Amino acid sequence: MTAPAVPQYTKKDFTSDQVVRWCPGCGDYSILSNVQSVLAEIGVARENIAVISGIGCSSRFPYYLSTYGFHTIHGRAPAFATGLKVSRPELSVWVATGDGDALSIGGNHFIHLLRRNVDLNILMFNNRIYGLTKGQYSPTSEQGKKTKSSPMGSVDRPFEPLSLALGSGGTFVARSVDVFADHIKPVLHAAQRHHGTSFVEIYQNCNIFNDGAFEQFTDKVAKKERVLYLQHGQPLVWGSAVRRGLVMRDMKLEVVELGDTYTEADCAVHDEHNRSLAMLLAAMDPNAGFPVAVGVFYQIDAPTYEDGVVAQAKASIQKLGTGDLARLLGAGDTWTHT
Amino acid sequence: MSTLETASEVVIRFAGDSGDGMQTVGDQFTRTTALFGNDLATFPDYPAEIRAPAGTRAGVSGFQLQFASHDIFTPGDLSDVLVAMNPAALITNLKSVKRGGLVVVNTDRWTSRDLEKAGLASDPLTDGTVDDYHVVKVQIGNLTRGAVAPHGVGAKDADRCKNFFALGMMYWLYSRQMEPTEAWVASRFKSPYKEANIAALQAGWSYADTAELFHHRIEVPRAEDLPTGRYRNIMGNNAMAIGLVAAANKLGLPLFYGTYPITPASDILHHLAPFKNYGVTTFQAEDEIAGICAAIGASYGGAIGVTGTSGPGLALKGEALGLAVMTELPLVLIDVQRAGPSTGMPTKVEQADLLQAMYGRNGEAPVPVLAPATPSDCFAIAVEAVRIATTYMVPVIVLSDAYVANGAEPWKLPDLESFDLAPVTFRTDPEGFRAYARDEDTLARPWVVPGTPGMEHRIGGLEKENITGNISYDPENHELMCKLRREKVQRVANSLPPTTVYGDEEGVVVLGWGSTFGVIRTAVDACRADGRKVAHVHVRHLNPLPNDLATILRRYDKVLVPEINLGQLVRLIRAEYLIDAIPYNKIQGQPFRTDEVMARIEALFA
Ligand code: SF4
Repeated sequence: MTAPAVPQYTKKDFTSDQVVRWCPGCGDYSILSNVQSVLAEIGVARENIAVISGIGCSSRFPYYLSTYGFHTIHGRAPAFATGLKVSRPELSVWVATGDGDALSIGGNHFIHLLRRNVDLNILMFNNRIYGLTKGQYSPTSEQGKKTKSSPMGSVDRPFEPLSLALGSGGTFVARSVDVFADHIKPVLHAAQRHHGTSFVEIYQNCNIFNDGAFEQFTDKVAKKERVLYLQHGQPLVWGSAVRRGLVMRDMKLEVVELGDTYTEADCAVHDEHNRSLAMLLAAMDPNAGFPVAVGVFYQIDAPTYEDGVVAQAKASIQKLGTGDLARLLGAGDTWTHT
Repeated sequence: MSTLETASEVVIRFAGDSGDGMQTVGDQFTRTTALFGNDLATFPDYPAEIRAPAGTRAGVSGFQLQFASHDIFTPGDLSDVLVAMNPAALITNLKSVKRGGLVVVNTDRWTSRDLEKAGLASDPLTDGTVDDYHVVKVQIGNLTRGAVAPHGVGAKDADRCKNFFALGMMYWLYSRQMEPTEAWVASRFKSPYKEANIAALQAGWSYADTAELFHHRIEVPRAEDLPTGRYRNIMGNNAMAIGLVAAANKLGLPLFYGTYPITPASDILHHLAPFKNYGVTTFQAEDEIAGICAAIGASYGGAIGVTGTSGPGLALKGEALGLAVMTELPLVLIDVQRAGPSTGMPTKVEQADLLQAMYGRNGEAPVPVLAPATPSDCFAIAVEAVRIATTYMVPVIVLSDAYVANGAEPWKLPDLESFDLAPVTFRTDPEGFRAYARDEDTLARPWVVPGTPGMEHRIGGLEKENITGNISYDPENHELMCKLRREKVQRVANSLPPTTVYGDEEGVVVLGWGSTFGVIRTAVDACRADGRKVAHVHVRHLNPLPNDLATILRRYDKVLVPEINLGQLVRLIRAEYLIDAIPYNKIQGQPFRTDEVMARIEALFA
């Protein structure tokens, strides 16, 4: 039996009938639009896509897609998604989450999902603030951030989400930005192609509570000078007016200006399969002269959780035969009372 | 030469260090006795610490078993015989022995150091403590070492065979066969431990025989009054696991068990994990919350989602349970209750999660609540929970407890037809589909699984508009939905059989739930034998309560509600029916004793 052909979709086929209720100007709109286009292109029947979310502005996502959707509870989307994917491995499962949902209240589920390598895609919209609860600092807010809950500046040190994902054993770790129209789609496609947990951090502007959080590298001019587009096999170089590159010295990355002393040939080359390099790239501090890297930091092939579960079930049936109720009930020592 | 006597029931108790293998010999005695055809009930009483300091009172592990030539309901109150492997075991278990009962002590472990470890200032064997008992002193360790030496087993390992020596003595005393245990040992141990354990067992038997330790041997004939059929011995947690598998299997659906290890529920996970060839997936989650959330995710995908835990885990699962209520998805949550609050006494019994199960969620979030009455009833309760969850599209809570979960009894295998479940139909027809359209009888909404073409829709924790399932903040709709969710649970009562009333039609009715079934039944029988008019009603459905319950209770002058808590079902009865039910509570981490319940019933006639 061959599976029925997947229809030729357009972006419109993935638009639900619900009125979108994000604030006008919110970065989520652009992410939604890109995801709708990508879903139309991945060759998966619409009924086989399920989008699971937690709580927060980001987690409204499923309502605006015409796929199956489950808006669950705060921080727990990875656990629901795991249960769904393990029992229905044929589905394409996506998790829509935010920095608070994934890294604060849901931090435990987030790291364990990555550790298990369940084949699903996590889209984490990082706006470095709590939007839905109206503007408290988040686990990715910079230290010293002044918010309603931190009038003297937050004391907390932030997480670096990609470092956390890599440290949790993530097998696909990438970053993009809500306004990088040409960049998001290829990253999402790569995430979808990856067999295993794909983690995509998407910088997202919350124009109400944290406007301009990423402006230092997203505005037209800064973007050209400060953003490093990662490409497998290509040297780590960026900049237009001034060309710069990363060289590796003493197991550290160092920013150099390209010209007479250094050329592209001296720069480190991006290798998606090199976890140590991915760690170094994720840890780069833009305030210390480093660029903001976007693209696929890391990906490797690794066995997925649900494949392991299915394999064990098969092995068990092979060894013991398909379960039989009479045998189940009468297992162990039995005796007959007459 | 010892004489042979016949007894109709015997209570025996093994006690030793948690490393002494008391649960093992208890299990073996149970198995042998079950195969022989006695009715029986067991009660393991073990500490939470895996290896508390050896010789201390905290490290004492006990196993009690009652076996009889007739139908019995409890592991017995006071034991006829106690086997105590050290001073701590003696001192902590002596109060559970009948006056004049037989106490076998291992005097090998009786140095002043051993007494000190047990916190004893003087030797209980000589200071008058055991004057009222018939004490038999045996150098169990020494004798075991001698017995196993020919098999090349050194002193240290020999010490680990002494539980079988003790078992051998008890097998002689109660005229049990040794073959089942010998076969078990042979299948479990490698040489030389196989031979050593069997040698220890036989040595115990021979020693009891030749040393004429006991005045008489006792025989308990097989129980003839049990219903005919095929039996096996089963523990509550095992019966629960089998029930879940059987129910899912009957429905032709996969079973997904999402859980986080917790005492005393973990054995359900251990029992389910090998059943992969039955379509069972066990998921050992990162925490309690992930356990239930993954189970709900699996239910959403069309599996029978189940999560298991104990009281602390139920507290953590509350929010997710509310989501299952809101999204009207089937789910079974098993709470094997233990003594609380907080960490409490993890291995001890309590029934104090009833109100948590009833009300422990934000908002109006009613769920059906069930409780098994005996270890083997866990099977039927698991099937019933799956029936309710899938028929009404609701999460269901099952309140087991440490006593039922770890207790064992003979179980007459149900015939496969006796527990047919109405088949589950996933909705696949997109024509006129509405996510929250309702079945007329059950008010259940359709179960639609992702992957079904043309029915893509969104669900979630926000309030739903009835029928369409769209998000709604409409005031009237919210009230309607709250009432519908309650009504749905209420309608479960329409599917229940009439409540069984045991005993008299007037006088006092004793109303129980959960693991107190056996002790209440035994006490009621005893009071009736004394000429009192007493009845016993046992509810397995706590929410909703059976439709006929109020009428039944009103027939009696007095309603007594014994519970291992500070009064929870009694509160529901009073609130629901305005019946002046009388609470009777004990909260010591121990089950009721028959004499306690009898005395309380008697007092109502004063
Ligand atoms: S609060 Fe911020 S993140 Fe939330 S919808 Fe508004 S702009 Fe977007």
